[in-house]
Amino acid sequence: MIAPRLRRRVGSAIMTTLVVALCLLAVLPLLFILGDLTVKGASSIDWNFFTKSPVPAGQTGGGVANAIVGTGIIVGLACLFGLPIGIGAGVFLAEYGSGRLGWLVRFVADVLNGTPSIVMGIFVWGWFVKPLGHFSALAGGLALAALMIPMVARTTEEMVRLVPHSLREAALALGYPRWRTSLRVVVRTALAGIVTGGLVAVARIAGETAPLLFTALGNLNFSTNILQPMQTLSLQIYVYATGPFDEWHRLAWAAALVLMALVLGLAVLARWATRQRDGTG
Amino acid sequence: MRPSTGRILTSVLATALAAAPLAAQVRLNGAGATFPNIIYQNWMLTYNQQFDNVELNYQSIGSGGGIRQFSDNTVDFGATDAPMTDSAVAAIKGNAHHIPTVLGAVVPTYNLPGSRGAIRFTPALLADIFLGRLTRWDDPRLAAANPGVALPSLDVLVVHRSDGSGTSFVWTDYLSKVSPEWARKVGRGTSVNWPTGLGGRGNEGVAATVRQTPGAIGYVELGYAEQTGMPAGQVQNRAGTYVTPNVQTVTAAAAGAMTAMQPSTDFRVSITDPPGADAYPVASFTWLLVRRQYPDAAKARELVKFIWWALTEGQAQAPKLGYAPLPKTMLPWIQATLATVTAAGHPVWTGPKPR
Amino acid sequence: MTPPDITVPPASGGASVPQAEARLASLLTTNRGDRVYRVLLTGLALALPLLLVTILLELYTSARPSLARFGWAFLWTSVWDPVAEIYGAAPMIFGTLVSSLLALLIAVPLALGVAIFLTEFAPRPLRRPVAFVIELLAAVPSVVYGFWGLFVLIPFLRQVVVPPLKAVLGWTPFIEGVFYGNSMLAGGIILAIMIVPYIAAVSREVLLAVPSAQREAAVGLGATRWEAVWTAVLPYGRAGVFGAIMLGLGRALGETMAVTMVIGNRHDISLSVLQPGYTMAAALANEFSEATTDLYLSALFEVGLILFVLTVVVNALARLLVWRVARGAAIGSRAL
Repeated sequence: MIAPRLRRRVGSAIMTTLVVALCLLAVLPLLFILGDLTVKGASSIDWNFFTKSPVPAGQTGGGVANAIVGTGIIVGLACLFGLPIGIGAGVFLAEYGSGRLGWLVRFVADVLNGTPSIVMGIFVWGWFVKPLGHFSALAGGLALAALMIPMVARTTEEMVRLVPHSLREAALALGYPRWRTSLRVVVRTALAGIVTGGLVAVARIAGETAPLLFTALGNLNFSTNILQPMQTLSLQIYVYATGPFDEWHRLAWAAALVLMALVLGLAVLARWATRQRDGTG
Repeated sequence: MRPSTGRILTSVLATALAAAPLAAQVRLNGAGATFPNIIYQNWMLTYNQQFDNVELNYQSIGSGGGIRQFSDNTVDFGATDAPMTDSAVAAIKGNAHHIPTVLGAVVPTYNLPGSRGAIRFTPALLADIFLGRLTRWDDPRLAAANPGVALPSLDVLVVHRSDGSGTSFVWTDYLSKVSPEWARKVGRGTSVNWPTGLGGRGNEGVAATVRQTPGAIGYVELGYAEQTGMPAGQVQNRAGTYVTPNVQTVTAAAAGAMTAMQPSTDFRVSITDPPGADAYPVASFTWLLVRRQYPDAAKARELVKFIWWALTEGQAQAPKLGYAPLPKTMLPWIQATLATVTAAGHPVWTGPKPR
Repeated sequence: MTPPDITVPPASGGASVPQAEARLASLLTTNRGDRVYRVLLTGLALALPLLLVTILLELYTSARPSLARFGWAFLWTSVWDPVAEIYGAAPMIFGTLVSSLLALLIAVPLALGVAIFLTEFAPRPLRRPVAFVIELLAAVPSVVYGFWGLFVLIPFLRQVVVPPLKAVLGWTPFIEGVFYGNSMLAGGIILAIMIVPYIAAVSREVLLAVPSAQREAAVGLGATRWEAVWTAVLPYGRAGVFGAIMLGLGRALGETMAVTMVIGNRHDISLSVLQPGYTMAAALANEFSEATTDLYLSALFEVGLILFVLTVVVNALARLLVWRVARGAAIGSRAL
């Protein structure tokens, strides 16, 4: 008969190994994806890719210039609407959010954080595109802003809460009114963290496709007009990936690599910025 | 670091303003059928390059989407291979013209490993496949139509359209005509209750799925099969001949329809299952949806100009892209229709006077 | 005489009128700024509940024609026939639930493995890199997942996974039929990869929030490291971990692009995971811009409404469970 202690030791060792194996398995897909993107996409990234707009199906030599610029514009519009509201809501939650209203807003933010982005898309379609009569980059920006606001609100709240109370109390003791304390002292101290939260939100929405399907629609020409349909990298990848042409697939791999680089770059930047303040990693 | 809100705002405004044309550049947005997308993209890119003052943008989202957006007024023109029904036209107070632009063929395309000649399909075989009754490529019925061809022992995987599609309309229209069971069970439409198979989005999606799935069969416009190197099956027509889809056979299909057409036609005709010894049985016109009255004269004028260019100079592109040019006799009738398009009460036709 | 301290209320009956006026004046000036600030922030914060209510209203009013026509039967009718104008969301609801549950089945062991590894077993230098890689998984856009799934995962499944799977389990109703490639199985696997980081990140924060006294007590009583986790830490954080799983479920329910690219887009209910299926989100992505009639559009809005309500309920439950263990903190918000 195996001694109970040995049995427990062996059992624990097995479970520990299993845990490590599962963790490795979880990490594997990312390595595969990054690997595939690099292998298949890097060779297609050339000058044409960044400066040309798409060419008709079957021809070669096109690029995704319109998509890259479009992504920048639509994400910029989303930040325009989403960041002020999100940061304001976050500061509210941190400063005045201990009551019932604060509980409600916090709860709603968490719930909205889990809303499918496609639902946001059809909401903006019904509420903005249909009455206005046409698709536009602006509508796309609004849909992405609606996704951004709850994200930014919660990260801002978390960052502002991290500011030590002693700073706040010192400012108040020196005669600063509450609003000034909040703005000039607390928020300013938390600014790096707030900006990081914003960056992470931008990284998330830069890759979104579903809410743009019926708002920004997509545009094969180079356009910077925010009241017209506009293309983004994510939309371009979707169209090209689901198409039958080899040329499209080649461009899709490259575009996916560029989009991933953009998103990962932002995420890495955000992590690096909070590395000092967060010891648990 | 992220630039300040103020800076973002100003740069966005500046870019938007910079994009606002100093010269009067007309932007035309259209959406609809994926069937003609290959040639429409070709036409629009050429036209955009040739004429600086116009910018055409076309989103290929399917005929269903094209009709919807045209009716909803979210685009300047629509495109469809499924003509709008009378009630749909009445719902927008008749403010629509169907302008045929090019002819195309819907072909059965498939993915069978190993090369062989084109597979032959009878109407009954196609109906059985899409009804889910014929599920193996080495089924004796297929072998009977293809003597001497080595058919693999693979399952038949049907691929159809998941979006509202004019190509589906043409395909189901054909199947309804040749198979009473199909007509009863499924019917014709841009979106039907497919008995079997999985859905691809757009002609592009169906072609892509068939291309990536061994044993798959789907229906796409000829251009998609040609441009991707996929095989197109031969279909037996009413006269009993197995017809290869190409420019000649598609033109022959339209010829039969032309004999029945009047000059006062509204062009909403189906040319599937036509008479004619060498007519391809699953061919179709594709139409641009144009309004009778436009609020913006400049836009209407440029749109009509582009359409006329496509109907005259653009037709030369058709054969090499997998389409067929319109019958020449149709042109004066289309010209007469285009001449009736008005904006703010005045016709916008600037071309030669219709005879 | 020392000037009166304005922050201290004057002794009763002692304040003279000029002193009281001065005090009131200075109180008013400071309070105005505070009031404006608070009102401004409250207004911005109210945007959130306003957004939620507006979405709900918009979805409901647009779905009303369909709700009126089909009633509750919409939920269990499996016919989706745009020609006959009969719409039933049963296959989509079924597909959404099945793909999400399949994803959970695969993702939960993986994610818990990651969370437990990171909190209990990982050597210090490994912790940050591994956590970072897991967070990167969350940053990959859905469309890129779908693209990769279409071109790498599905051929892999077709060539390497399904043949042995069919050989061994082909007799069960879950693994029968022809494998198209685009299938519920592919959808479930892609979803699983996508939700692992969410479940892992939140579980990790939940486990970190468990007081170390629990762990230490178990070890003090002679438990091995694994036993300490299994008997002391996990049960304590059970509610939170369950909440993390529900968060993952909420994410999986609403995932659109990756699913629509690999699931096959077929309005059908089938027990076999090798068959194509459909989810509510995928149907919206495919059919919304092409609904040709008002009733069709309204039916799609109703699907959107059902999806919205479902994810709201799941997310609300999840957050309540997570808050039980880690009070009110923005758990997982950085992992998004």
